[in-house]
Amino acid sequence: MAKIVIDPITRIEGHLRIQAEVNDGRVTEAWSSSTMFRGIEKILQGRDPRDAWYFTQRFCGVCTTVHSIASVRAVENALNITVPYNAEMIRNIIIGIQLVQDHVIHFYHLHALDWVDITSALKADPAGTAALAASLSPWPLNSATYFKGVQEKLTAFVAKGRLGPFANAYWGHPAYKLPPEANLMATAHYLEALDWQREVIKIHAILGSKNPHPQTFVVGGMAIPIDLNSQNGLNADKLAEIGGLLKKAKSFVEQVYIPDLLAVASYYKEWAGIGGGIGNYMTYGEYPQAAGGKKLWFPSGIILNRDLSRVHPVDHRKVAEYVDHSWYEGDGQPHHPWDGSTEAHYTGPTPPYAMLDTNQKYSWVKAPRYGGQAMEVGPLAKILVAYASGHVPTKGAVDMVLNKLGVGPEALFSTLGRTAARGIETLLVAQELPLWLGKLIANIKGGDLTIHNNEKWDPESWPREAAGYGFHDAPRGALGHWIRIKDGQILNYQAVVPSTWNASPRDARGQTGAYEAALVGTPLHDPAKPLEILRTIHSFDPCLACAVHLVDPGGNELIKVQVS
Amino acid sequence: MKRLPEEEKPFPIDLQPESRFWEKRGVSRRDFIKFCTAMTAALSLPAAMIPRVAEALGSDDRPSVIWLEFQSCTGDTEALLRSSAPTVAEIILDVLSIDYAETIMAAAGVLAEETRAKTVKERGGKYIVVVEGSIPTRDNGAHCCIGGRSALDIARELCGNALATIAVGTCASYGGLPAAAPNPSGAVGVGEAVPGITLINLPGCPVNTDNLVATIVHFLTFGRLPETDGKGRPLFAYGKKIHDNCERRPHFDAGQYVEAWGDQGHRKGHCLYKMGCKGPATFHNCPVQKYNEKTAWPVGSGHGCVGCSEPSFWDSMSPFYRRLPAVPGFGIEATADKIGLGLVATAAAGFGIHGALNALRKDKEPEDSTREG
Repeated sequence: MAKIVIDPITRIEGHLRIQAEVNDGRVTEAWSSSTMFRGIEKILQGRDPRDAWYFTQRFCGVCTTVHSIASVRAVENALNITVPYNAEMIRNIIIGIQLVQDHVIHFYHLHALDWVDITSALKADPAGTAALAASLSPWPLNSATYFKGVQEKLTAFVAKGRLGPFANAYWGHPAYKLPPEANLMATAHYLEALDWQREVIKIHAILGSKNPHPQTFVVGGMAIPIDLNSQNGLNADKLAEIGGLLKKAKSFVEQVYIPDLLAVASYYKEWAGIGGGIGNYMTYGEYPQAAGGKKLWFPSGIILNRDLSRVHPVDHRKVAEYVDHSWYEGDGQPHHPWDGSTEAHYTGPTPPYAMLDTNQKYSWVKAPRYGGQAMEVGPLAKILVAYASGHVPTKGAVDMVLNKLGVGPEALFSTLGRTAARGIETLLVAQELPLWLGKLIANIKGGDLTIHNNEKWDPESWPREAAGYGFHDAPRGALGHWIRIKDGQILNYQAVVPSTWNASPRDARGQTGAYEAALVGTPLHDPAKPLEILRTIHSFDPCLACAVHLVDPGGNELIKVQVS
Repeated sequence: MKRLPEEEKPFPIDLQPESRFWEKRGVSRRDFIKFCTAMTAALSLPAAMIPRVAEALGSDDRPSVIWLEFQSCTGDTEALLRSSAPTVAEIILDVLSIDYAETIMAAAGVLAEETRAKTVKERGGKYIVVVEGSIPTRDNGAHCCIGGRSALDIARELCGNALATIAVGTCASYGGLPAAAPNPSGAVGVGEAVPGITLINLPGCPVNTDNLVATIVHFLTFGRLPETDGKGRPLFAYGKKIHDNCERRPHFDAGQYVEAWGDQGHRKGHCLYKMGCKGPATFHNCPVQKYNEKTAWPVGSGHGCVGCSEPSFWDSMSPFYRRLPAVPGFGIEATADKIGLGLVATAAAGFGIHGALNALRKDKEPEDSTREG
């Protein structure tokens, strides 16, 4: 038996550590630890609930819109505020393009290097790459000249002898299976996607003033006015620019991302049988089609034990968190986000340390459970629930991908399935985004310029006490914010975020979290170069800064920190 | 211009015809000069400096950069990915040698740590450290560990041995959000965690990537960091108040204000002061530099400034929708050192949220009298 540690897990957001036991070339047990803590929810107590979105947005700068959306929804839910139709559509466009851009960055810049050996691209025949690319897609840049240019640029870079971010990776590992021509194609698109993501996310700047961290969210609507006759409002010029960028987003997804995903996946079909994990999937649904957050385009639901014949409804009251293996004090009982009582309490080794004792507390992430059961959240959960619910666009896209790869729906319960589901979701949202812009334009054309519901802006109009929750199905999955308000201030705030579900440590009953379960059975060619572990972990797209948080409704923690 | 003796230069700079290096890498001379012009403008330098900037960037010896992430949200790394001149692909392949950056690097675990150690060993004293995120001090730094080592320990080693350290974002500069009251993890900025290092602060939430690139270019071109104000921020980017460069300023002077989101004044671009804008107390070049290739900036789009480039803005500028106390009509000549402090101090007292917060908890936290917001 070998015990291995990967810390830092790179190409993710945040600080993640994996410890694993390896027997006969396979992972037999794994432990997921988050090693960073900030305590933002504690910082929120006593503040103006209307400010909360700006604070929670900083849970994460990668999925930079998701915690602001969940936060304004939580406050709106607590205060019973109905958001105008225009604001819902603008929010849909903002969160939709966030998802599309984020998933493409994940595929090319965070995940691809687990499957693509860049050094092999140097040996490729550019004409062969062009022929391969032309067989997959009509993308106009896919010429031999173009790929030759990329290869020359890469060769010159390598010749300088300093590989920068590409140094010291697992290049040449026998688990890399792509021929040099496919590696060159993926590498070229890695560079192309860097330019593309910068361009399409300008939609956030147009609607939100900047990205990362757009700044036009407000409780009750949006702070970007609509006025066709003003240079300071959302006008025809800006709407047209958004339309152009959405078109650009959609064509890249259709003609580059999806063909690349299918091409890469076709060389790694054995990964459709690896990395399945828990087998329970949960999604909160997303993209309201009516004012007030109603009529979700993607359905919410839960699938248990991989049974696609039945979709269970989601009830937020069944969410509760355990801290038995997390660095917080607890009473051994799980608590709902509104009622929890938790104290940060580090009991791990004093750094520097070599190993964490996983029989004890070993992570800053808590262990959320739904009705006592561990859940996987994320693109795979969304796609499985939509597929099982008979969502027509999802069914079409899933069947297309399964047909092209020549596999059945059971292949989805895997590392490869997770990566494919992310592509499917991106395609669906990229294709739907222009329609939401069309709805916004049609509503403006009808004379509705309303962008904000002012009725409850003044805290004087609020009840003395209120409680609410806001759901958002973010790029990484089911996200919930819970808030309690008293006397115009935040009494208690908690977020249970996608990576809290997925990166969860064990709970009181020893049930593993999604990463931990998915790693069991993973084959390792060389435990000293655990490329295969990275594949499965990256297939979840970890986002650890989001995942770590703290509730403290009592506010009775003693803090002895000297702040000058 | 007189050449510096070789040993005084941070990097050997090739003063020969500059842009061949770039042309070999597929960057046209036109694009190259365009970039140099943009950078010269961003740095507020006279146009005559363009050739000097071009010379520095033409050098083939890419400076080594170690990008450290501590208590961050990765928003500053994401900001770097939005860089357009040069693009992030150019930065990675041509401009800098980014030898360690957890979010983008291919290597993981032990091999990633080895890469960093190798850079320190081979280029000690010559590499640039960029720090993103604050550094926690509570529990011996256990609130942020990488490879089993605390952020504090890593920062001491890496920053202490660097040519210079650039703190990007407000968290790395001053502690930022994790350090907001009651600062649960004992978070501090780099300057406080590792005193005595060569440091420049580029606050903002996140950093404006144009200011980051301009700072690096300044350093490479002139062999030293740009001049800073009393908060360690370069004057070229933080030398003037938002309010004094704001496109909505005429409406402030004319007394035309937004009174509600979406009202007539909001639609016509009136002043956001009454909606809580902190532009009068904030030093940053947002109105000029804007974001995402100069597409937009918060006040321009319709939401007030929250003062994100100011130390402790999470406490001193919140609640974000409460208006600043009376803003005197001080002129454009006011600098952060002279005016900013006074106004924010007044604002903090006026808002009093953390006074209220502390009062709420006073009976429960007798020991803590030090975290007044």
